[in-house]
This record gives sequence, C-alpha cells and structure tokens, in this order.
Amino acid sequence: MSMKEPNSTLNVQELIAQKSNRGLLSFVEKLMPKLLLAIAIVSVLTTLGILATLVVETYIFFTRVPFWEFITGTEWYPFANSTPTFGVLPLVIGTLKITGIAVLVAVPLGIATAIYLSEYASHRARKVIKPILEVLAGVPTIVYGFFALTFVTPILRSISPEVSIFNAISPGIVVGIMIIPMIASLSEDAMNSVPNSMRDGAYALGSTKLEVAIKIVLPAAISGIVASTVLAISRAIGETMIVAVAAGSTPRFDGDLTGSIQTMTAYIVQVTTGDAGYGTTIYYSIYAVGFTLFIFTLIMNMLAQYISKRFREEY
Amino acid sequence: MTTTVKPKIQVPEKKKESASRGSVYQSNQLNLWYDTNHALKNIDLDIKENEVTAIIGPSGCGKSTYIKTLNRMTETIPSVKTSGEIIYRGKNILEKGYKFEELRTKVGMVFQKPNPFPKSIYENIAYGPRIHGIKNKKILDQIVEKSLRGAAIWDEVKDRLNENAYSLSGGQQQRICIARCLAIEPDVILMDEPTSALDPISTLKVEELVQELKKEYSIIIVTHNMQQAARISDKTAFFLNGEVIEFDETDKIFSNPSDKRTEDYISGRFG
Repeated sequence: MSMKEPNSTLNVQELIAQKSNRGLLSFVEKLMPKLLLAIAIVSVLTTLGILATLVVETYIFFTRVPFWEFITGTEWYPFANSTPTFGVLPLVIGTLKITGIAVLVAVPLGIATAIYLSEYASHRARKVIKPILEVLAGVPTIVYGFFALTFVTPILRSISPEVSIFNAISPGIVVGIMIIPMIASLSEDAMNSVPNSMRDGAYALGSTKLEVAIKIVLPAAISGIVASTVLAISRAIGETMIVAVAAGSTPRFDGDLTGSIQTMTAYIVQVTTGDAGYGTTIYYSIYAVGFTLFIFTLIMNMLAQYISKRFREEY
Repeated sequence: MTTTVKPKIQVPEKKKESASRGSVYQSNQLNLWYDTNHALKNIDLDIKENEVTAIIGPSGCGKSTYIKTLNRMTETIPSVKTSGEIIYRGKNILEKGYKFEELRTKVGMVFQKPNPFPKSIYENIAYGPRIHGIKNKKILDQIVEKSLRGAAIWDEVKDRLNENAYSLSGGQQQRICIARCLAIEPDVILMDEPTSALDPISTLKVEELVQELKKEYSIIIVTHNMQQAARISDKTAFFLNGEVIEFDETDKIFSNPSDKRTEDYISGRFG
C-alpha cells in the first residue's frame, strides 16, 4: 500500500458539527408530519363529501319514491309521462349481466396469463408481454366502447342474427377484456411472491411444471388471486362508457342477453347527458342509483379484503 | 446414538460390509459450469447403497451443486452446462431424454431451509403420492401415518394433521419435509445441509433419524458441520474448489487423512 499518511488535522466529528444545521432540521422534522397529515385529510374529506352528497340527495329521492318500491320494483320507466315507475331491479340485472359475462371472459384468461407469465415465460417473453398488458389497461374506456359497438357486435351479429345492435354480450366481453390486465398483473404478483423453495420442494418430489403451477403455486397465491378478481369485478360493476356506448338503454327485468339492456351506470349517463331538470324526481333518482352502485362496489371491496385474509395459505 | 466428546469413533464392522454393497450413484468425469464458472471438475465418486455418504468442504466448493445434479435440480437454473456422466442404477441420468420426473420420484431431497408447502400437515405428506396417482383416501391415510412415524414426528403432530405446517417449529418443519420425502418411498435421500437452520436439539433429532433411515435408504448428506459428518456418515467426500480431494471411510478421513488439504480442513486451518 502506497497510501500517503492522511492529513492528521482532519477531524470528521468536527466537520459534522460545523456542517450540520440541527436547528432547521428539527423544525422540518416537526413540521413534516403535520403537513403530511393535512394532505391525507384532504382525500378523506373528499370521500366524506361525496358520500354526504349521495346520502342527502338519495334521502330526498326517497321522500318522493317509497324505498321498498325502489329496491323491489321490477319496472324502471322514469320517463313515462303519466305514471313513472322507479324499480331499480332492471338496472341491477343489467349491471349483473355485464359483470357476469365480463367475469366469465376475464377470470380464465387473466389467471392463465398470470400462470404463463409467472411460471413459464422466459425473461424476454415477459419483457414483451407485460408492457402490452399495461397498455391494454391504459386504453380509454370510450375506445373500448367503440371497439365493442363497431367490432365485436358485428362479429356477434354475423354469428347469430338474433343479436341486436345494442346487446349485453358484446359490452360484457369487452369489459372482460378491459379487466384482464388487472387480474393478470395482480395475480402474477401474488404468484411471483411464492418463494422458490416451495417450487423446489415440489420438483424434488417428481412434480411436472404444470403440477407445480396448479397444485403448489396457485393455491399458495390464491388469496391474492381472489382479491384481484373481486377488485376487477367491482371495476366491471362501475364501468360506464363501454355499456353506455354498446349496451343500449332499455331497462329490462329478464335474462335476455342479445337485446338492448341498461345498467345502473348507463342510466346515470343517460340522465346527466339529457335534460332532466334540476329538482325533478328523475334528477334525484340518479343519486339513488349512484348510491346503490356505491353499496355494490363497497361490498365487493370488503369481500376482497375478507377473502384475502380468510383464504391465505400462510408461509 | 450417543454424542460423545470424541466424534471420530466409528463402528468397525461397517468397513467389511461396505465392499459388498452395490452402487447407487457413480459419477464419472462429471463437470459442471454455471456460464463460465467451472463449478465441478472431473468428479469421480462411487456412492454405495444403504450408507450415509457425507460431503464436506468449505463454502463455494461445489458440494451443494454436486448433490443437486444427482436429482437434476441444477436444471432449475438456466445457463448450467454439464459433461461426463452420473450413473444411477445403471443409467446415465445426464443423458438427453432421461425423464427427471421419474428420477426425482426415486430420489428424494431435503433442503437447507425447511420448505413445507403452505398446506396442512396431512396435505404436505399426501402431496407426493397424490401427484403420482394415489387417490384412495384410506391408502393415503396409511401413507401419511407411516411417513410421519418414519420421520419420528407422528406423536407430535397426530392430533393436528389439519393444521398448517407453518404452525410447527423449524425443527418439526424439517422433519415434516423428511416425512414428505419418505411418503413416496424413494431409493435415495439427498440432504442439503438439512440442519444448518436448526437448533442443536432439533439437529440431534434429525441426526438420529438419519441413522434410522439408512437401514432402508441410501443417504447423501451435504454438511458444513464436520462433527456431524463424523457422527453420522459411513463415507465422507471432501470437496475443494470443485474437485474431490479425498473420498474414503469417514473414520479414515477424520483420523488419518491421506491428503494434506483434507487434514488442514478438518483440523480447522481453513474453511
């Protein structure tokens, strides 16, 4: 070693004492938590504000339409001139049709994609596929809406003439496509976080790759997978543009999927883009429907939390 | 067995038996590379059945790599290349087209850290038989009990078979992993430092278990702990920098090694 003798007058502790500015630092240290808290409170207050608006306007609606009629009524004709009816079930059914079809499309495809990405894909394949999935998640929903109306619907109509221009199947499928990235990406994260030592343990018993993926990794990641699915469902329930563009505006209380339907969200769009006057029952009805929607997604989110705790395979 | 202060003591009659035993594994001029890193160099080893063969050596000497090639677990790492051959029961397992799922059904493995599946104790043991097609509940029940007894943990867990295996202590988890391995009744059990993550009492239990298991199984154990190798093995191979320096009867290695480097290592001069 040919290192020169270090400067003997160098004293690091002294330098630190000179350079540091403890006074200002401790002031910032005290201020920051308060600042951060204030910022956090803004978002909490916003949520409360939205909720309060919903509750108040919904309350006014129920002073005009009986609560019971709203939640059990099977006819939704708010625009009828003589006797408008406000039974929300047709809208709920419409939402459930879309969500059901979307789940049938998205869950198998999403989980299969996740299994492929996590267990099979080479580093290079993953590098290509993941960004594409993320692009899929970033497409504006209005684009999906026109994709449903001008691409999927014509295909369906060429397969079966029974399908009308506005129907439940086409937007259902497209909503499904829209939520695939969510399921795939969150499920892949869950499967990726399963430790490799578990895979090794299974391989050492003579498992094939598929057996390891299906019997070890999938169950170990199930809480994350189910939670991602439930979150995706709540996204599907709240989806608006696709159904407003491609599903039609016929509230109906039946199981038909080929004809025009209306979902809760599409109804709200219909009213807010039309000219229902402020203070009319129709005006208040969108808050009641919005509140119903809110309850649905709230339940789904709570379900997601419950499931991810309940079904966790702990390791 | 008893743990005495002098671990070098071995039962003498072992030597005579050993010569007449058949081979389970023969490595001939085995080489292995991780990319450009030459991890195993011309390994020649002849491992006999129903013996405990210990593999010792300092960190990075290739002992774990060697044991993992014996059931081709090295292949989970891409960029591994091999040359030479490993004959298991008369067949070269490194040959193209050799079904490693079949090999691993015959050759069980216990890992450095206990790695039970995040399932119930019962499901952990039943997993192996299940993937190999045994579905009958009664037979599975028998297998589970037999394997847990075999791993000397039945009494501790028989009332809690449906609990998650991760509710057990580390030492118990490791014996669950041994039981999981016994459940498919393998021919050979590979152990990759099975006690390095365990406390001394759990270690002792596992060591006693190894003594029991060698009556029915051939055991190859990698260990960092030289006393452990001396206590439980019949033969010991000393690895250094990817080469086998010495392979002989355990008591010979520990009392009268023929290579200077072996002597230096076991006397604690390096490693």
